[in-house]
Amino acid sequence: MSLLKSILKRLASALVVLLGLTIIIFVLMRIVPGDPARLALGANVTEEVLEKYREANHLNESLPMQYVYWLTGALRGDFGMSAVTKRAVIQDITDFAPATIELVLWAGFPPILAALFLGVTSAQHKNKWQDYLCRFLGYIFVATPTFVFAVLFVLVFGYWLPVMPTIGGRLSPSFVIPDITGLYVLDALLGGQPQAAWDAFLHLLFPALALALGKTMQEARITRSSMLQNADKDYITMVTSQGVPQSVVNRKFLLKPSVIPTVTIIGMDIATMFGNAFLVERIFNWPGLSSYGMTAILNKDTNAVCAVVLIIGLAFTLTSIAVDIVAMILDPRMRQKRTR
Amino acid sequence: MKAERKEAMIKNWYKFSAGGASVIGLAIVLLIILLAVFAPVIAPYPEDAGAVVKFAESSQAPNEEHLMGTDTMGRDVFSRLLISLRGSLLMGVLVLAIAVPVGFVVGVLAGYYKDTWVETVLMRIVDIFLSVPALVLALAIAAILEPNLRNSMIAITIMWWPWYARLSFGVASSLRTENYIVYAELTGAKLSHIIFKEFLPNTFDQILTKMTLDMGYVICMGATLSFVGLGEQPPMPALGNMINDGVKFLPEMWWLAIFLAVTIIIIVLGFNLLGDGVGNIFNVEGK
Repeated sequence: MSLLKSILKRLASALVVLLGLTIIIFVLMRIVPGDPARLALGANVTEEVLEKYREANHLNESLPMQYVYWLTGALRGDFGMSAVTKRAVIQDITDFAPATIELVLWAGFPPILAALFLGVTSAQHKNKWQDYLCRFLGYIFVATPTFVFAVLFVLVFGYWLPVMPTIGGRLSPSFVIPDITGLYVLDALLGGQPQAAWDAFLHLLFPALALALGKTMQEARITRSSMLQNADKDYITMVTSQGVPQSVVNRKFLLKPSVIPTVTIIGMDIATMFGNAFLVERIFNWPGLSSYGMTAILNKDTNAVCAVVLIIGLAFTLTSIAVDIVAMILDPRMRQKRTR
Repeated sequence: MKAERKEAMIKNWYKFSAGGASVIGLAIVLLIILLAVFAPVIAPYPEDAGAVVKFAESSQAPNEEHLMGTDTMGRDVFSRLLISLRGSLLMGVLVLAIAVPVGFVVGVLAGYYKDTWVETVLMRIVDIFLSVPALVLALAIAAILEPNLRNSMIAITIMWWPWYARLSFGVASSLRTENYIVYAELTGAKLSHIIFKEFLPNTFDQILTKMTLDMGYVICMGATLSFVGLGEQPPMPALGNMINDGVKFLPEMWWLAIFLAVTIIIIVLGFNLLGDGVGNIFNVEGK
C-alpha cells in the first residue's frame, strides 16, 4: 500500500471515530440530572424565561434533532455559553488553549532526546551501574502518578529549595510581552526580551517536568529493550564481524530501527499528556485549557466540559495520526499494518 | 503427573524470579493485601477512619504514638492510610473484574469475525473510547454521576475495557486461521465453545500479565479521581482525598501528603514488578 493511501485511510477512520466521540459526549451531556435550561439560568428565573431559553437552544426538539443542532453548532465553533465564566465557550477555549499547548510541547518533545540518550546508554552498558540506575529510576518514575510528581515538586522546589515561582501562572507580572503565537517563551524571544523568556521558562519548567518524567523513563525503557533486541540480529553481527567500529555500528545501523517503537509510543504519550495536564495545571495554577476543563467538570458546566473533551479528543487523534505518519515514513512495514 | 506439575511450578518460579525484582514486587503486593485485609486489626486507631475529632492530638508530627503524625482533626494518619488501602484494592479488583471479561469478549468477537461488519463496528466503538485520554473522560463521567467511590469505579471501568478489547482482538485475529480454530468450526462447535475453550486459553497469558500491571494503574487512576474530589468522600479516607487535604498544609505539615504519596508509588511499583515477573513466565512483553 502506498504511503499516501495509508495516510488517507487513517484520516478517514479518524473522522468516523471523532463523530462517534461527539455522540458519546452529547449523550453524557444529556444524562446530567436536571433541566438543562434551569442549570444554565439558575433557580431565580420565571417559567417564561426558561421557555424562551429552551426555544432558542432547541431544547424542545427530539434528542436526535438536538444532537444535529449541537453538532452543526460545534462544527462552526459554537459550543454555547459557559455557566461559570458567562462567556462563549469557544472564546474561553481560544484564550486558554495556547497555555496547554505550550506546556505539552515542552513536556512532549525535548524529553524525547533525554529518553533516547538514557535508553541508548542503558543498552550499551547492559548490566553495569548506568543500566541499573536507569532501570531503577525508570521503575520508580513510571510508578509515580503525575499528580504526585506535581505535589512533590511544589514541596521540594517551591519550599525546600525555592527555585520555582510559587505563585504559579505563566509569567511574573513585572513582564509584558507581545502576543504573537501565544507561546510565551517564544513570544518573549521574538519580542527581544530574553529575561522575560527565562522567567516564562522557569514557570514552565516544573509543570512540564511533572508531566514528562514518567513518560520519559518509559520511552527510555522501550528504547533500551529494542536496542538490545536488534543488537542480536544477524545484520548487526555481520557488520561487526566485518570490522566496523562499535560506535559506527551503533550510530548507523542500530539506532534507526531501534527508535521506531519509541516513536510509536511517543504519540500516545504526548496525547495522554493532554489528560494528565488536567491535574498538573490545577496544582501549578497553570492557566490552561485543562485547568479550565477541570473547573468546568467540578462545576458541572456541561457546555464547557463537552467542548474541552471534544477539543482534547481532536488533539489526541491528530497527534496519534501525525506519529503514525512519521512511523510509516521511518518503517515501510508500518504502512501495511493496522496501527490502531 | 504430580511430579510433572511440581517440575512445571519450579520452572515457572525460576522464570518468574529471574532478575529478582519480581520477587520484591510479589512481596510488596502480598504485604499490601495483608495490610488491607487486616487493616481494622492492625490500625492503632481504627475509629479514626470516620468523622472523628480529637483536638488534643491534632497536627502532630510523626512520633512514637502516631507513626505518620496526625491531621488537623487529630486523626492518626497511619490508621487512615491502612483503612484507605481497602478501598483502593477493592477498586482495582472490581474494575478489572468487569472490564476484562467485557473487553475480552468484544475483542475476541471482533477478531473471530475479522474483515466483516462485526469487526468494523466493534473496533470502531473501541477506537472511540481510545480517542480521548482515559483520565479526561473518566473525570467527566465521574463528575456527571454523584461523586462517590462506586461511581468513580464505574467511570474507570467504562474507560478501561477498550484496552482489553484491543489486546484480545490482536491475539484473536492472529489466531483466526490456526488449524485448531478452523477444525473446531468444521466440527460444528458453538461460538461460546470457540471463544471460551479455544481463544481464552490462548489469550490468557497476555491478559493475566496485563491485569497484574493494570492493578497498579487502576489504583493510581482511582487515587487521581479521589484527589480532585470525585471518589470516596471525606471523612472516609482514600489515598487521593487525603493527599488533597494534605497539600493545603504544605510545607509545614508535610507528613499529611508525603506518606500517602509514597504509598501510591510503592503500590504501583509493586504491581509493575510483579507484572513483569508474570510476563517472564509466559514470555509476554509487558507494556
